[in-house]
Amino acid sequence: MPDTRTIVLEVMRYDGAHDAEPRFQSYEIPFTDDMSVLQGLQHVKDHVDGTLTYRWSCRMAICGSCGMMLDGEPKLACRSFLRDFAPGPLRIEPLEHFPIERDLVVDIGDFVEKLARVKPWIEPRVARALEDGPYIQAPAELDRFESFSHCINCLLCYAACPQYGHDPGFLGPAATAMLQRYNLDSRDGAAKERMEVAHSEEGVWSCTAVGYCSEVCPKAVDPANAVNRTKTESAVDWFTRFLRRGD
Amino acid sequence: MAARRPYVRPMQPGWWRRNPYFVRYMAREATAPFVALYALILLAGLVCLAEGPEAWRAYIEALQSRGWLALHVLLVGIFTYHTFSWFAIMPKTMPPVIVDGRRLEAGAITGAGLAAATLCMWILWIVAGGAA
Repeated sequence: MPDTRTIVLEVMRYDGAHDAEPRFQSYEIPFTDDMSVLQGLQHVKDHVDGTLTYRWSCRMAICGSCGMMLDGEPKLACRSFLRDFAPGPLRIEPLEHFPIERDLVVDIGDFVEKLARVKPWIEPRVARALEDGPYIQAPAELDRFESFSHCINCLLCYAACPQYGHDPGFLGPAATAMLQRYNLDSRDGAAKERMEVAHSEEGVWSCTAVGYCSEVCPKAVDPANAVNRTKTESAVDWFTRFLRRGD
Repeated sequence: MAARRPYVRPMQPGWWRRNPYFVRYMAREATAPFVALYALILLAGLVCLAEGPEAWRAYIEALQSRGWLALHVLLVGIFTYHTFSWFAIMPKTMPPVIVDGRRLEAGAITGAGLAAATLCMWILWIVAGGAA
């Protein structure tokens, strides 16, 4: 017997060419137990309204493209199931704190610029020639930063951060997690340069330890831990600056 | 191609009321001024102690009035929540603690913090009781 259950999706729509501000549009769609919210949106796009715009790619919580607000909470649409919201209405909005480009697509340019600022790559502490072989790293050294390297840049943490909402200049959770990921890497030698970003006005000191960023992270990166550990390091650096005149 | 016109949604007043997590966070922040207030009360006691026995006695007597006792009961409740909320967030604020080659669970860190706070309060209670 076919599944005849339906759910109502209330989707925020915005088209800068026609709308002065966002509005909500309702769609009632059939669903089965194994359907994700992303599949619900795909049903709308394929069968009901082809103009609906959203980002997606992998469908398996790897690419980080389909972050959106589901009933007010930042979640990956591919990792959330319609059955948990049935019969709805399920309110679907673009990620909070980012400018809406169109419908559920937000402009993430601000984050990309911040990510580049923390140099998310290894700058070798000691440069090795190709013939010297690979950079060796022990499991214990990998363990120091591995959880931070799981970040998929889905930006749920930014949508969960009221401080970023109040002050978009704030470096924010994911960029700081990347800062720690490379600063804690035994092969890297650019920690001092990254910490200049952390110390700055837009650095880590806007964080008030809300902690919701870590709660919503789908990859257990714990960005709140990265930000607060960076705060500790920044404070130690400030208080010991007189001892390091020769730097 | 149409010109881009990204829409920025401002944060609404009362944004924190929509999510229980933010309500708990705001409750934690709201308790902070009371911690500062009580620090001032203790500082006043220190000043009285420095001024001499008369001032110190007057300070102690003032604290024993009904109004001050009621305030202390209220503050114990507030500080209990403040303590709980800070130890709840503590695992997110510190480097991992490695025991026998494994990371200590967040619950163990919070539990240890709360146990230490309870022990301190119990010792203070014994000392205060002995002094009285």
